[in-house]
Amino acid sequence: MKKAGYWQENIRLILICLVIWFIVSFGFGILLVEPLNEIRLGGYKLGFWFAQQGSIYTFVALIFWYTYKMNQLDKKYDLEDEQED
Amino acid sequence: MDELRLYTYIAVFGSFALYFAIAWWARAGSTDEFYAAGGHVGPVQNGMAIGADWMSAASFISMAGLIAFLGYGGSVFLMGWTGGYVLLAMLLAPYMRKHGKFTVPEFISDRYYSKTARVVAVICLIIASLTYIIGQMKGVGVAFSRFLEVDYGLGLAIGMVVVWVYAVMGGMKGITYTQIAQYCVLIFAYTVPAIFISLQLTGNPIPQLGLGSTLADGSGVYLLDKLDMIVTDLGFREYTTDNMGGSLNMFAYTLSLMIGTAGLPHVIMRFFTVPSVKAARASAGYALVFIALLYTVAPAVGAMARLNFTQTVEPASGQQLEYEQRPQWFKDWEATGLLEFEDKNQDGKIQYSADQKNNEMVNVDRDIMVLANPAIANLPNWVIALVAAGGLAAALSTAAGLLLAISSSVSHDLMKGVLTPNLTEKQELLAGRIVMTVSIIISGYLGLNPPGFAAGTVALAFGLAASSIFPALMMGIFIKKMSGTAAVSGMIAGIGVTMLYVFQHKGIMFIPGTEFLGSLPENWFFGISPNAFGAVGALVNFTVAVIVCKFTGPAPKEIQELVENFRIPKGAGAAHHH
Repeated sequence: MKKAGYWQENIRLILICLVIWFIVSFGFGILLVEPLNEIRLGGYKLGFWFAQQGSIYTFVALIFWYTYKMNQLDKKYDLEDEQED
Repeated sequence: MDELRLYTYIAVFGSFALYFAIAWWARAGSTDEFYAAGGHVGPVQNGMAIGADWMSAASFISMAGLIAFLGYGGSVFLMGWTGGYVLLAMLLAPYMRKHGKFTVPEFISDRYYSKTARVVAVICLIIASLTYIIGQMKGVGVAFSRFLEVDYGLGLAIGMVVVWVYAVMGGMKGITYTQIAQYCVLIFAYTVPAIFISLQLTGNPIPQLGLGSTLADGSGVYLLDKLDMIVTDLGFREYTTDNMGGSLNMFAYTLSLMIGTAGLPHVIMRFFTVPSVKAARASAGYALVFIALLYTVAPAVGAMARLNFTQTVEPASGQQLEYEQRPQWFKDWEATGLLEFEDKNQDGKIQYSADQKNNEMVNVDRDIMVLANPAIANLPNWVIALVAAGGLAAALSTAAGLLLAISSSVSHDLMKGVLTPNLTEKQELLAGRIVMTVSIIISGYLGLNPPGFAAGTVALAFGLAASSIFPALMMGIFIKKMSGTAAVSGMIAGIGVTMLYVFQHKGIMFIPGTEFLGSLPENWFFGISPNAFGAVGALVNFTVAVIVCKFTGPAPKEIQELVENFRIPKGAGAAHHH
């Protein structure tokens, strides 16, 4: 089953992304903020930096990485959208 | 006319002329163009348009002010309003684009083979969007009355006419291209003052780095450490660790804003305008880049505004400002009533303190921070004029997107879809324009006479989107067997629980006195504030839907095939209707 394989790989990819999404925001930014604040990044406490800067940068990178991987996956399973512009 | 007003008129009316010109150039001729810009918008352009659509008067004016006074607690807005795009890019946008319809209720009605589901979705959408527009209209009125010194009502009317001209004429096509221009105006207006202020305070022109740098006064002290010190001196909680209501509340608040963001129809709708599934994924990424440009600057603006403000009132520890020597911006904002001083001990000095008894700064409205910031930092007049144009761009672009979401759900889903199915394309287009005009009038009226509950309703908009729309869409895509009955039960349960919680703490329909559990934090469920409850509502929605589905059986075969089909990108075509 071509489609089933494609979907499974997509789900796996989404799960990896969402784990990272969770760790940088809810993990580093909220739950682990106190221990991380012991570490400094210039004038920033590290936990505070993740909550107000780092998580956002990671979100951007995650979406582009997912888009890149999915384009590869579309090609691999020959399920690309014909319309290209 | 003084120099500042002249510059402001040039910036504001110059930007309006630009929007009109674009709207004229990109006017819509078909329903395709009116609802989905003909499906020809590239991912980068769409990303910019989403950015303008998303960043409202609240993001532009209020957010940095909130962060300035909440400190670390304000992070929930930063993470919540950006993290939702990760969910959109992976869980919703590509599949909904593949399905290829114009509106969110239409997707729900196809997937759940039910007109009831469509009507429920339309109602959620209209409530969420209308409450949101009121806020934008108020923003327009305030910006006009403060910067151009015209009457609030007149300012509102000017804003209504501007948005009417380009939204009704251009539909999604016109709105898309004006939003691209509005994004450029608003991001320029937001970052230029931030760069100036960062340079002044830390010598670093990049605000994101300036916030983590040492102060330029030669002391070698980090900006954030200095800020922590001066606010704790006045008795406030430490800026970088002040958590809003504890970890659990922050967790729930962030999650609610994230899934609420992903479930807001006016944002989802923008993904129907791109030509392919690939472009839908990419445009979520570009959208977040453009949004992140503002959202990573906002914490710097907030912290620096707080520092500048506090140091103006108390230039050095224990040395208070003489009231008679207060700067011009102080007087300007006093005139609006948003900044108030009361000399309690009659010594002619300003005592600013967290202690309510001795505090003489009796009102410091958070919303003035972004608008007053350039003046506090003594920036040139053209920068202040720019901020006015930026605030208006943010409010107008969001209002236009919301108006389109409302008009399409009424003319396309309610009229064409349910009530009068044999509407021709021309009639539908006319109906869309009439509905939009009516919505502008209603929201203008509500902006002029804001109902008492206006402030509370933004929480309701996010709560509704988080507890009803997002789970219904996500389950429709990821649980192939999810049936219509189960999804509708889930939506109703999710909304029900969220509304009950909001109403019991904030009053039924936000009418004071009808809150039966009081708005006291002691009564909150595990300390979760009503604004943060959407996440719990979503959880209820998921649970109820899954259980009901177990008992009432799976969705029919052809629906499962439909799901199989929109899970793969092949054969998307432009958005259309059958």
